[in-house]
Formats: sequence, structure tokens, C-alpha cells
Amino acid sequence: MAGAAVLGRLGPLRWRLAEVVEVVPETPSAATIVLDVPDWPGHRAGQHADVRLTAEDGYQAQRSYSIASAPEDPRLALTVERLENGEVSPFLVDELRAGDRIELRGPIGGYFVWEANGGPLRLLAGGSGVVPLMAMLRHREATRSEAPATLLYSARSLGEVLYRDELERLGAAGAGLRVSYTLTRERPPGWSGYDRRIDGDMLGEVFGPVDPAATAFVCGPTSFVEAAADALVALGHDPARVKTERFGPTGG
Amino acid sequence: MDYVTRGFRGRRREPDESARVPPGQYLTDDFPVLSAGPTPHRPVAEWSFAVVAQDGEQLARWSWDEFRALPSETVTVDIHCVTKWSKLDTTWEGVSVDTLLSDVEAEAGYVTAFCDGGYTTNLPLEDVTGGKAWVAFGYDGEPLEPEHGGPARLLVPHLYFWKSAKWVRGLRLMDEDEPGFWEELGYHLYGDPWREQRYWGD
Ligand SMILES: Cc1cc2nc3c(=O)[nH]c(=O)nc-3n(C[C@H](O)[C@H](O)[C@H](O)COP(=O)(O)OP(=O)(O)OC[C@H]3O[C@@H](n4cnc5c(N)ncnc54)[C@H](O)[C@@H]3O)c2cc1C
Repeated sequence: MAGAAVLGRLGPLRWRLAEVVEVVPETPSAATIVLDVPDWPGHRAGQHADVRLTAEDGYQAQRSYSIASAPEDPRLALTVERLENGEVSPFLVDELRAGDRIELRGPIGGYFVWEANGGPLRLLAGGSGVVPLMAMLRHREATRSEAPATLLYSARSLGEVLYRDELERLGAAGAGLRVSYTLTRERPPGWSGYDRRIDGDMLGEVFGPVDPAATAFVCGPTSFVEAAADALVALGHDPARVKTERFGPTGG
Repeated sequence: MDYVTRGFRGRRREPDESARVPPGQYLTDDFPVLSAGPTPHRPVAEWSFAVVAQDGEQLARWSWDEFRALPSETVTVDIHCVTKWSKLDTTWEGVSVDTLLSDVEAEAGYVTAFCDGGYTTNLPLEDVTGGKAWVAFGYDGEPLEPEHGGPARLLVPHLYFWKSAKWVRGLRLMDEDEPGFWEELGYHLYGDPWREQRYWGD
């Protein structure tokens, strides 16, 4: 019943005790945490969840993490990048292991989302900003959506690129997904991709002419999001079809 | 307690600081940015601020120069973003909303702030009057940067910071509390950080 779904969304977002099924290292500084969440209400690609950790003496810390897994996946996956000296991310990446439990609530955010019938996708990722965009690409694959998709992924080095093998597989010929990388700090010998911070020329080359039906999703550190969103608007994209999500203050 | 996280210690704060940090928040020295889309870059020559009635009738309007000629105040406040960061002792310069509403003859229970880029947010009138809210044009002694809401943003520091609408262009007086942009998308209608009113139902 449609009404029930709406009521479900109106209910309080309660904390659920999730069990860690697996912690999968992605890069030297990032890991994917696969969770079993009891009665997870489901999510849409692009949404995030809040995580709450509690110390023995009752001290608590909360942070937000984008959901990396497709809505179709029975298990919830978060991918966390370790920030040196961070309070929460080093714990999640280095300490957490299968069998541990953490509190989680969500899904949160109804704007930075893409549905499989939501039209062509233009994705711009800066660093770990690829996480919610990956949920969209996984959702696209799980639903066999034919919406054309292009991902431009900016990372410091190839070693910091998340989901590289999976992106290669998803971007195989005929799948309707194109993936371009730009590596801003370090390039392997013979690198043929981009080697600079994103700019209007790069976006024009990667995405081609403006498609009024397409939606652009931009996610990453603030400096990346500002530059990417400004460049898209300068290229003629409708600002209302440029959706942004920012992970943190600075850096990246 | 089964929700204790094995091995998690966390980072404690000095007690005098923690008294100023609402539940679930952490302190940052940076100034993070939250917004749903591209940053509008509105030249001040094309900027104005209006107070309008619920039916759209314009009750007051200031050009940038007129607005800047109004008496302004410098305030130092703590701010709290729903994405979990809090920042203490931020210094702003702005025009009190009391000043902007002082000549407006109308009754209203609520206001909806409207902005460049289409963003809106709803607030009870009593939360933007009585010295609790400003239309800020300066931050830390400098003009407010576009990415932080310049040329001017609402500043309502006692509520979560999404209520401090960036790129604000005016206030619409409302009889009833109508959810704005984030409030329609699952965020709390009121947003008191001390009661941790982040999402619907909190
Ligand atoms: C909607 C949303 C979705 C997010 N999704 C993800 C995700 O999928 N994966 C992920 O790894 N993170 C994500 N984040 C960021 C995450 O919530 C934490 O901010 C991050 O893990 C750092 O927490 P920490 O406790 O380790 O660091 P803290 O102890 O909070 O901070 C340590 C230092 O790093 C700075 N800092 C904090 N965050 C960042 C940042 N993002 N970039 C640069 N410097 C920073 C702080 O100012 C401080 O100086 C998301 C944030 C939001 C708001």
C-alpha cells in the first residue's frame, strides 16, 4: 500500500544495532564495512546513514557515512576513508572486525538520490566522494537500467582509487557506462588519463554537450564540489540538475 | 550494554568546551560547507532583500546599498550543523531581523526564508525575533564568501545551521509552519541542536 510506505518514512529514524559481517580493505587508507542491519527499511541510491559509537564509559561519537551498496543488496555497505588523527574513521578502518556491533540509523537524505528510471547520469567524484555515486552505479546495474552514465573520478593517485576492478567491470564495452580518471598527485608510468585538477575543458571533453535530461551528481571535498559544480553551470548545465554532496571541511 | 562498541575509546573534550557542544556533535576549526547544489554568485548590484506577505504582497524591500545602510551588529556565536560539526566563537556582522521587521505591519506565526537557488527554510517568527537572528553579510571581519552564503545569509545560531539559509533574499510571513527544502526531505521541522532534532520524529 502506497500510504504505508509514506507513513514508514514519517516515523522516527531509530537507532539499530548492526552487526559487522566483513571489513574489506579497499586501499591502504580505506575499507568497506559490510553490515547486517536488522529491519533495515531500505534506501535509495545516494542516501547516507548515521553511525554512533559508544565507549565503555558511555561517551559517544556520531558521524555520517554514505551508503555504498545498491538498494537491491540485502547487506548494507559503507566505505570509510581513514583521516589521520580522526576520532572515528581510523577506528572504523583499522579496529572494527567481523562480529562487532555498531549503532546505525537511516536512511537519510532525499535529494542526492538517483532512481534507475531517473535519466542519464553524470557523476563527478572527488576522492571518497565516489561512495554514494557507486551506490547509483550498482543500482543501475542491479536494475539493468539502460540510462547512459559517465563517471569522472578525481583521486590523488591510482592507489587511492576505490572500487577500481568493479568500475572496470561495470564499464566494460556495451554497458553504457564510461569511466574517466584524473590523478592529481601521482601517476603510474605511461598514464594516459588526466593528470590535473578538474576544470571546464576536462568536463567538456568527458561529458560532451549538455543533455537537458541528464542529472549531474557531484560529491567530494568542498573545494572539489565547488570547482566541479561551478564548471558544470558555466558549461550550460541547469543548476537545478546539478546535485551536490560534501563530505567535509577541506582537504581531499 | 550491548551497544557499547568493542575497542572504541573516542576523544574527550575539555569539560568547559563540552558544555557548549550539543549531543552527537564534534568540534571543528574548519568552516565546512553544506548545500544541495551549485553556489549562486549574485552580484550585489542585483541583490535585494524583501519581506513579503503570505499571498506574495511586498511589505518591505531594500537594495544592497539600502540594506547596508541599516544599523548592523557584530555577534560572536557558536554554530551547529546537522552533519555533526560544531564551531565555537564564530564572529559575524549582520542586520538584526528585528530591524528588518520593525516597520512591517502584519501578523504571522512563522516565516519562510527564500533564497537564490530556490532553497527555502521555515522558522517560527519568535525564533527570528527578539535578538535571535540576523541577515549576515560579514564573517570574521571579511565580506561573506559565496560558498558560505554571500552576499548575505540568515544567521539563526540557536537552531541547526541549515536554518541559517545561505544566499537569502527575503522572508515570507506565514500563518502556518510550512516545511522548507530540507524539512520536506526528512529533516526536522524545528531543528533544536540541544534536543538533537535532526530528522523527522526526533
Ligand atoms: C553526508 C555525509 C556523507 C559522508 N560519507 C562519507 C563516506 O562515504 N566515506 C567517508 O570516509 N567519509 C564520509 N563522510 C565524512 C565522515 O562523516 C567523517 O567526517 C569522516 O570520516 C571524518 O571523521 P573522523 O572522526 O575520522 O575525523 P574527525 O575527528 O572528525 O576530524 C579529524 C580532522 O579532519 C578534519 N576533517 C573531518 N572530516 C574531513 C573530511 N571529510 N575531509 C578532510 N578533513 C576532514 C577535521 O576538521 C579534523 O581536523 C561523510 C560526511 C557527510 C556529512
